[in-house]
Amino acid sequence: MNSPITSDQAYGWRIEDLDVDEMILNMGPQHPSTHGVLRIELKTDGEVVRAARPHIGYLHRCFEKHAESVDYPGVIPYTDRMDYVASMGNSLGYALAVEKLMAIEVSPYVQTIRVIMAELQRIASHSIAVGTYGMDIGAFTPFLHLLRDREKILDLFEWTCGARLLYNYNWVGGLSHDVPEGFVKACRQFLREFDAITYPELMDLLIGNKIFIKRTAEIGVCSPELAISYDLTGPNLRGSGVPRDLRKDEPYCGYGQYAFDVVVGKGAYGPLGSCFDRNWVRAVEMHESAKILHQAVDRLEKMERTDVREKVPKRVKPNKGEVYGRSEAPRGQLGYYIVADGTAVNPYRVKVKSPCFTAMSIFHVLARGMYIADIIALIGSLDVVLGEIDR
Amino acid sequence: MDFIYGLLPADLPTWVRVLGAGIACAVIGVTAMALGPLLYVYAETKVAGFMQDRIGPKRVGPHGLLQTVADAVKLLFKEAIYPAGADKKLFILAPCLVVVGAFLSFVVLPFGSRMQAVDLNIGLFYVVAVSSLSTVGLIMAGWASNNKYALFGAMRSAAQIVSYEIPAMMSLLTIVMIVGSLSLQEVVWAQQGGLQSWFLFRFFPIMPVVAIVFFTAGLAECNRAPFDIPEAESELVAGFHTEYSGFFFAMFFMAEYTEMLVISAVTSVLFLGGWWAPHPALQQIGSVGLGPFWLIAKAWFLMFVMMWLRWTLPRLRVDQLMYVAWKVLLPIGLTLVVLVGGLVLWFPDGFAWDGWVGWPLTLALFGFLFVVMQRAIRWSRKRAVEMAA
Repeated sequence: MNSPITSDQAYGWRIEDLDVDEMILNMGPQHPSTHGVLRIELKTDGEVVRAARPHIGYLHRCFEKHAESVDYPGVIPYTDRMDYVASMGNSLGYALAVEKLMAIEVSPYVQTIRVIMAELQRIASHSIAVGTYGMDIGAFTPFLHLLRDREKILDLFEWTCGARLLYNYNWVGGLSHDVPEGFVKACRQFLREFDAITYPELMDLLIGNKIFIKRTAEIGVCSPELAISYDLTGPNLRGSGVPRDLRKDEPYCGYGQYAFDVVVGKGAYGPLGSCFDRNWVRAVEMHESAKILHQAVDRLEKMERTDVREKVPKRVKPNKGEVYGRSEAPRGQLGYYIVADGTAVNPYRVKVKSPCFTAMSIFHVLARGMYIADIIALIGSLDVVLGEIDR
Repeated sequence: MDFIYGLLPADLPTWVRVLGAGIACAVIGVTAMALGPLLYVYAETKVAGFMQDRIGPKRVGPHGLLQTVADAVKLLFKEAIYPAGADKKLFILAPCLVVVGAFLSFVVLPFGSRMQAVDLNIGLFYVVAVSSLSTVGLIMAGWASNNKYALFGAMRSAAQIVSYEIPAMMSLLTIVMIVGSLSLQEVVWAQQGGLQSWFLFRFFPIMPVVAIVFFTAGLAECNRAPFDIPEAESELVAGFHTEYSGFFFAMFFMAEYTEMLVISAVTSVLFLGGWWAPHPALQQIGSVGLGPFWLIAKAWFLMFVMMWLRWTLPRLRVDQLMYVAWKVLLPIGLTLVVLVGGLVLWFPDGFAWDGWVGWPLTLALFGFLFVVMQRAIRWSRKRAVEMAA
């Protein structure tokens, strides 16, 4: 089922490898629907894909090597540039890992703001994922409806920290800025609009659409065992019906105090773990995030304002040691393995366990025997961001 | 033509007046056809903007009216790039064929009782024939581009247009059986007398189905969403016109929108009374006939429906597209041919309720379908939300 790719195959198929009817189609790196600079080599027989092979690395920016040559807080802007669609989640994971290494405990006020930012970012990120997925299937309008709401989230971020995409917001031991006066009210306004208009409209226009269901519910089926064996995480894993969510299983930032459900795929319109299930999980997770946000905003309103940089160390210099910190980023479990040698102000090693990278590893298994149009649907349902795969 | 003929000085020889009037008509007609797409593209962007909760073009000219003009000028001045390994002759010929195929249908479109270039007695047959001409152009474009995506798009479009021509043909046949002629002008005359005698409202539950089958097949024939798989921008980059730039690309664009107008206009002629007004009193103001106005109004309404569908529905997959053509539309079409054939034989004057009951019933049927669809959407949303709980 999943024969490993040997080294002599690594640079593409040769003419001799093909049957008479087969053709090689290069999809990407400049293709409208590969979600970045992913290149996929497809061995096609007419419209049917016999085999697919993803090529990654077009966006490699030496993140891990960079991280070794700057100090600990200096890594945070680089983490923002990994999964550039969900920067808050990246920097949060890194900050949590370093705080774990240095045994820093941040105040509940900071934790609540971090939860709000992370969940807003989750909605924004899933908006892109679900919206572009609709666009991959050919529905253009839901994408723009979702981007309209993402824009409101970015406005909130800009208001708070001055940046719309790459925030450098979650610092080691705190935050770069406190939320501005009136943030709670603006956040509530956004949630009202999201709950009342965008989410129901999305369900009407895209998720419940018959053509959309027909296109996605039968393809890219990933059984729970397969998903676990390929280390899928986040919505991809939950789409296969495995209720694994670090926010519930290993609560951080006080996630244990919020009431929300872990959304898992139901396989209502076809086999469990199909493209539809993965995408549906994302759509419903936006709703769950909104639920968390309502609670978090209520908590924040009642809290005493404290200095958000209170615990930020003057000089981040952990003792010799190593740490593995992980968190539930919008695209799955994002892990940072950090080694400190105890003498320098920069990390000895930072290794990232990227959810998109592992999601990409299952691609060639699921892609076999699909139609070309389904390949697009599969990439979209795995929701990869190449910035995080290549780093 | 008579109007312009009358304008020319009477002391000129007759042949000069006929020739002059003919040339003037042709110039006006071709210019209108060629510039029409500018308007339709503008309409499309505005409709899309409206549906997507944004404004659409508004910078160039008042309300962005000149946006498409600016786009067209840009395309005209752009260099036409020929890809390496392309078959240059076919590469250039392809867009020309597509445009010609789209424009030729105008020859038989009746815009009024005497506003028609030629009233061919095989008019319907002619429309079907020339609209398939564009398929040749599309395959040519795909093949000549030396690009795999273009080739895929060409193959898809060939399969699609050939398949959907059959159900379209079946629904045309029913009209031909009722009218007893292939001439488009005859078809329009058979719908004389206002709203109640339009073919859409005849044989109450049957003709609306014929109309829906024809319009669906027509959508597929002009490669519009949800049947736009030949250009499917998310899968095939741009399908058959991936490699085209500049003026040749503009020609494909022009052909697409012209075909939309042709399909809409033919549907109006066949089912919505062509140039007849909904009520005889509205047919003319004073001595000025409103025939062209009514036809164009109906055609534009149908074009709006096409845009509406495009910005609402996702795209079908290739196999699903074929499924719809061969296993849904074709059986329905065949059944309708047999059914209408029998009805024409046994009820030559139509059903008893055809007159003043048929059209409100048909409209009620469409209204009912609309409500059912809304309910279905609500239900599926409820189900999607319940699944989450």
